[in-house]
Amino acid sequence: MEIDRDTLLLMLRRMWMIRNFELKVMEVHSAGEFAGAAHPYIGEEAVAVGACAALEDTDYITGNHRSHGHPIAKGGRVDKAMAELYGRVDGYCKGKGGSMHLADYSIGILGESGILGSSVPVAVGAALAAHIRGDKFVSMAFFGDGASNQGALHESMNLASVWKLPVIFLCENNQYAVTTSYADTVAVDHVSDRASAYNMPGMLVDGQDAVAMYEATSAAVARARAGEGPTLIEGLTYRFEEHSLGLGRVARGAYRDEAEIAEWRKRDPLDILENTLISQGIATREECDAINAETVDEVEKATDFARNSPFPEPEDLFEDMWANPIPLP
Amino acid sequence: MAQTVFLEAINQAIQEEMRRDESVFILGEDIRRAIYGATADLLSEFGEKRVLDTPLSEEGFFGAAIGASLVGMRPVVETLTSFMWVAMDQLISQAAKMRYMFGGQATLPVVFRASMFYGAGSAAHHSDRSYPMFMNMPGIKIIVPSNPADMKGLLKTAIRDDDPTIVFEDGTLFGMRGEVPDNADLPGEELLVPFGEAKVFREGTDCTIVAIGGAVNHAIATADQLAAEGISVEVIDPRTLVPFDKQTVLESVEKTGRLVIADPAHKVCSAASEIASIVAEEGFWSLTAPIQKVASEQVHIPYTPSLEKHVYPDVPKITAAVKRTMEG
Ligand SMILES: Cc1ncc(C[n+]2csc(CCOP(=O)(O)OP(=O)(O)O)c2C)c(N)n1
Ligand SMILES: [Mg+2]
Repeated sequence: MEIDRDTLLLMLRRMWMIRNFELKVMEVHSAGEFAGAAHPYIGEEAVAVGACAALEDTDYITGNHRSHGHPIAKGGRVDKAMAELYGRVDGYCKGKGGSMHLADYSIGILGESGILGSSVPVAVGAALAAHIRGDKFVSMAFFGDGASNQGALHESMNLASVWKLPVIFLCENNQYAVTTSYADTVAVDHVSDRASAYNMPGMLVDGQDAVAMYEATSAAVARARAGEGPTLIEGLTYRFEEHSLGLGRVARGAYRDEAEIAEWRKRDPLDILENTLISQGIATREECDAINAETVDEVEKATDFARNSPFPEPEDLFEDMWANPIPLP
Repeated sequence: MAQTVFLEAINQAIQEEMRRDESVFILGEDIRRAIYGATADLLSEFGEKRVLDTPLSEEGFFGAAIGASLVGMRPVVETLTSFMWVAMDQLISQAAKMRYMFGGQATLPVVFRASMFYGAGSAAHHSDRSYPMFMNMPGIKIIVPSNPADMKGLLKTAIRDDDPTIVFEDGTLFGMRGEVPDNADLPGEELLVPFGEAKVFREGTDCTIVAIGGAVNHAIATADQLAAEGISVEVIDPRTLVPFDKQTVLESVEKTGRLVIADPAHKVCSAASEIASIVAEEGFWSLTAPIQKVASEQVHIPYTPSLEKHVYPDVPKITAAVKRTMEG
């Protein structure tokens, strides 16, 4: 499959944006600049970026608690994302959602869910609207290997398949749900094997390779837009950091061995994409480094933006509850 | 008496009951490595068959616990209040209803331990204080401990009780230290707190505060501050909402004539609402002032600390409510 240079460079930019955003989040979170959980996406950037590069702004996504990567991959703004983590009025959700609940309805990001599996039927619903109205958009639900065991996932896949809905089920299989190994909790070898039970294609993809993710997702999107129904894609990947910031202190006992982590770190998705670009003469080392440096800058500006944005005022507590407000009880 | 942290009290209760009764087992997500702290060291002592890490499938494993309880096991499920939504059908259609629907044949000694993580920037999806919703549904006993000793004693009672129980573990109390009696000093050498017996933390004559879970400490602080102003406040913790010790509350209101209820749940149809209605129905003639509910605002829990801090009952709000009852 031919991928144009702009798309490849956009993917590299978004992957560096996520990486540098997450590094900054780890830094400021440990400095105590904001509280609350935050789940780093470091190591998994190619999955969301490759997948979202196959989407248009008019397509929809939903996601989960590991929620910074999806919106950035879909073209979301890092300043509004960072301000949300800081709980400020200029954040994506005016400080009401926080790290696990980023959303940008202007570019089809319907919202990240802290309750796992919960946002997958929602993505199916967006696809249902496209199906009923004859619109050409598709929707994509991001979920983890852990969440793939939720009943909602299985109900959604069956429903989407019988109605031939334009939805892509995108499993980020980083092989662990907090401390629980995928091998101990999923009865099949691969999450994508489950597709056959719902009579849809299941694709197992190298989730460290953004190009592979892009190609697989493009095929699923084409199928969805053609009215042929859903696809289950499993991006096999690995989370390089702790499950969530601060968790390392509380979990008792190691659940991943150092050798395994080191092995996966050798397959850094940024190295893999840069090597592809450089070896194929699409970009130079300098161009790649410049993209990295630009995103470092942008994240730095976003952090200043967040720090300088005010906190919501007490009366904002009651805003945004209803479309047609009702009196307080 | 030993000073014990709330989380350790949970751990002790489970450990003692698992030692005492082989039919007790525990299941939940990431409990072997005790990510929430309450299940520390259980795996090494009791092994993999009695300490089960489940797939991320609440509806499935809640139901499995219910089924195991029907045939003689005593499962303890670890979860968060907010994850119970995923498994509501099992909790309501099965756990709450089976015994009655099957004419008393079914016995369900199953315990759901649900942490309530509110007040710490966890946002709307992780901050539920949902006990009132379960009070509305007959069939489940509802426990909300406010200190380490009650936590331990009530959880042990819950594990031995033959009915389905949800123990709402208030996350704002996880680090709280309190005195937990040593077993050797107790009758029967163990700490068992009976259901349906409220505890009076402060005696007073001017106003009664009934407080729930994490609000109990705020109520006690309020009472102590108001004592300095010459206002004598009685503080009652019902400890279990189902069954509810209405006698203790009614007798207190008879004495004080005033009632404030402090409840971290949302205000509408809260535990506070139910307690207010009981006193309005059965204690009306004792009242000398309108009942005051101090509960959470009727909005979802916002992430940002600048808003979240305004949501819940706290000492200033409870103090103001007591003073309103003293006006006129
Ligand atoms: C319904 C529900 N149950 C439990 C949790 C607690 N929890 C948060 S993250 C997590 C593990 C998720 O694993 P996975 O789906 O593989 O995503 P990953 O964190 O690996 O990206 C769990 C169990 C939750 N948020 N929602
Ligand atoms: Mg995972």
